[in-house]
Amino acid sequence: MFYREVGQFKTNYTADSQVFPILQDKLGIIAMLVIAYLIIPLAGNDFFITTVMIPFLVFTLATIGLNILVGYTGQLSLGTGAFMGVGAYSCYKLTTIFPDVNIIIMVLLSGFFAAAIGILFGLPSLRIKGFYLAVTTLAAQFFLEWAFIRIPWLYNYNASGAIEVPQRDGFGGVVLAGAAAEPVTRYLVVLSIVLAMTWVASNIIRGRIGRSWMMIRDMDIAAELMGVRPLYAKLSAFAVSSFYCGVAGAMGVFFWLGAAEVESFDINHSFLFLFMAIIGGLGSLIGCYMGAAFIWILPIIIRALPGALGLDINAATVEHINFMMIGGMIIFFLIVEPHGLARLWQIAKEKLRTWPFPYS
Amino acid sequence: MKKLLMTGVAFATLAGTTFTAAPVAHAEDTMFVPSLSYRTGPFASGGTPLANGFADYFNMLNARDGGIGGVKIVVEECETGYNAQKGVECYESTKGKGALVYNPYSTGITLQLIPKAPVDKIPVLSMGYGLSAAAIGEKFPWTFTYPTSYWSQLSSILKYIDAEGGIKGKKIGFIYLDVGYGKEPIPLLEQLAKDQGFEIALFPVGVKEMQNQGSQWLNVRKERPDYMVMWGWGAMNATAVKEAAKIKYPLDKFIGNWWSGAHADLRSVGEDGKGYKSANFSGIGTSFPALQDVIKHVVDKGGSQVASKDLVGDVLYNRGLFNSVLIAEGIRAAQAKTGKKVITASDLRDGFEAFDLNEARLKELGLEGFTAPIKGSCKDHEGAGSVFIQQWNGKDWEKISDPIAPDTAVVRPLLEAAADQYLSDKPEWQTQTCG
Repeated sequence: MFYREVGQFKTNYTADSQVFPILQDKLGIIAMLVIAYLIIPLAGNDFFITTVMIPFLVFTLATIGLNILVGYTGQLSLGTGAFMGVGAYSCYKLTTIFPDVNIIIMVLLSGFFAAAIGILFGLPSLRIKGFYLAVTTLAAQFFLEWAFIRIPWLYNYNASGAIEVPQRDGFGGVVLAGAAAEPVTRYLVVLSIVLAMTWVASNIIRGRIGRSWMMIRDMDIAAELMGVRPLYAKLSAFAVSSFYCGVAGAMGVFFWLGAAEVESFDINHSFLFLFMAIIGGLGSLIGCYMGAAFIWILPIIIRALPGALGLDINAATVEHINFMMIGGMIIFFLIVEPHGLARLWQIAKEKLRTWPFPYS
Repeated sequence: MKKLLMTGVAFATLAGTTFTAAPVAHAEDTMFVPSLSYRTGPFASGGTPLANGFADYFNMLNARDGGIGGVKIVVEECETGYNAQKGVECYESTKGKGALVYNPYSTGITLQLIPKAPVDKIPVLSMGYGLSAAAIGEKFPWTFTYPTSYWSQLSSILKYIDAEGGIKGKKIGFIYLDVGYGKEPIPLLEQLAKDQGFEIALFPVGVKEMQNQGSQWLNVRKERPDYMVMWGWGAMNATAVKEAAKIKYPLDKFIGNWWSGAHADLRSVGEDGKGYKSANFSGIGTSFPALQDVIKHVVDKGGSQVASKDLVGDVLYNRGLFNSVLIAEGIRAAQAKTGKKVITASDLRDGFEAFDLNEARLKELGLEGFTAPIKGSCKDHEGAGSVFIQQWNGKDWEKISDPIAPDTAVVRPLLEAAADQYLSDKPEWQTQTCG
């Protein structure tokens, strides 16, 4: 009933091949944008914006990056955390070398450094497949972690080995990065970058390049026979994926954390993003949002529940309960729907279309 | 992109309403001190006693004296797991409740909070950890490193070595956890090696290889340093002492810093660790009247989270307790200064600069001989505290030296240079000052 497209006639091919062909979808998106751009900045408190929304958006972007590689091109990668680190460290170097350039430009530029490193570590993918490729990307993870510790030039010879975000203004004196930046400002910057990059990703994926990735994923030999060059397809996937991860890493440090050590880019984060991609749904952009929300926001809600309900449970117990609940829910969701939350949503939409009178 | 691109956003909005609707759960006449604890994760063995001591002292004050100046202290724990991202989450979730001060118990989290402190006007008390340069009060008005900084501590340890038979011409091995915390004292070590004429050999231990230090100690055997100094934490400490004993390194020449000398570390090593030394700045055991009060008013009444009564008086328990003593003294000083009963975070900042924890005051608090006197001031945010050396006798720690004052003449200029470097790319920090 809710998703009936009755009466919505398409009179040309452009209208028929839109990203959101149904009116309800369009309205839904507009409602979401209103919530994201108006209601959250106006109604959300600092805690909600800085520790829920900003990291959620940053993680979503990193998951989109990983999903391009794993979900769309079928190349398993465990180096997401390190590629984010490349973005973060290069953004830090760029902005300390050129302090007057707008930080948003620097964040986007730092993606190119991550892309270059991604291509370099993507080269083995031409010969290695599946789990074996995962091992070589693991090498990238370890090598880059080592580099972030051992090359003091990367963190400007700071005694603590951490990168600390200097204050950066833009757009006529608005503080964009640094401790003095308003949470709402940072949130709007992150939101705009993530939405714009999601839009770009959806267009790349629907276009020629994205189709060649999916051909490689589904059967690389057949794709090669039909004229897809694996060298370009695989390396472009690595480049675009690392670009996204790099921008996410730079945003994470400059708009969320404010300072970072190598532990913010360690192997656990790589796993975290892989879980987000798998739980959200491989090969789905909406799934990236859902996966990031599931892994990042749900634990925060569970942690806040006892306090909100007035129960006096000590913090460590809450944390243990949290681990158990999240673990249990991951297993539950993967049993109910191995293709992730995105697929669950799709099934729900199909059900809603015929509700309350399904055909059979 | 399909419909509901931002289902997550909607989901989050729902969550957001729960947060904003949650009532602030304390009445007018209390003061709120958050405790960023870690009872889970790889460093839980250190985090648990710290959090216990921290909470128990305030609970004792509440039970015995009805709080500080008649105002009860509410301590709320937030679990960080020693993870910087979770630490920031804890900071954001508790700062709105009127937090007076933050004690992150992790250098990683401290580094994240230092830039936030002047913006939110909440002081950070990184007690003997964090950024050493924060000891320069004029440059870091919102950060305190009482009783001393890592750099001052290192100079005390080197002084101790020097007193044992001269440091000139010796080779000092430095084994450290390869993160911000462990690397922090290296610039000073390099500088002092030049000034005082000793050699250094560095042995980094990665977080992943904390419990597998075979290769580092093989290098130690090759390099044959006269002394070993350790900047370790968590599982690294016990492993290092075991490995040192295995290669027959003389343990009385092996000195850890104050995070490398806890009961939790050495109990598992036991007799093999006999002779190992470490620095400390908080008294050992329960022989102090204040500790007895904690046992009487809190532990015996079941108000503590300690697993057993024997664990009260452990090195790290007493360290957590000492942290609370510093905050309590800061609150008292702030109350005296402002004349208010319920103070704010920025009053407490002033209180930290005004308190004077001298011998007489320590005796009044029931902590005579617990630590060296500390005096707060605008200029000096490390309070000129001292460390003493303790030695493991196979079953327990024994205090074996008098308090050793840091080599301020050498350390202070280096700290100032580091502070200037930190401030160099922060124009908004140039104008702020203490007092």
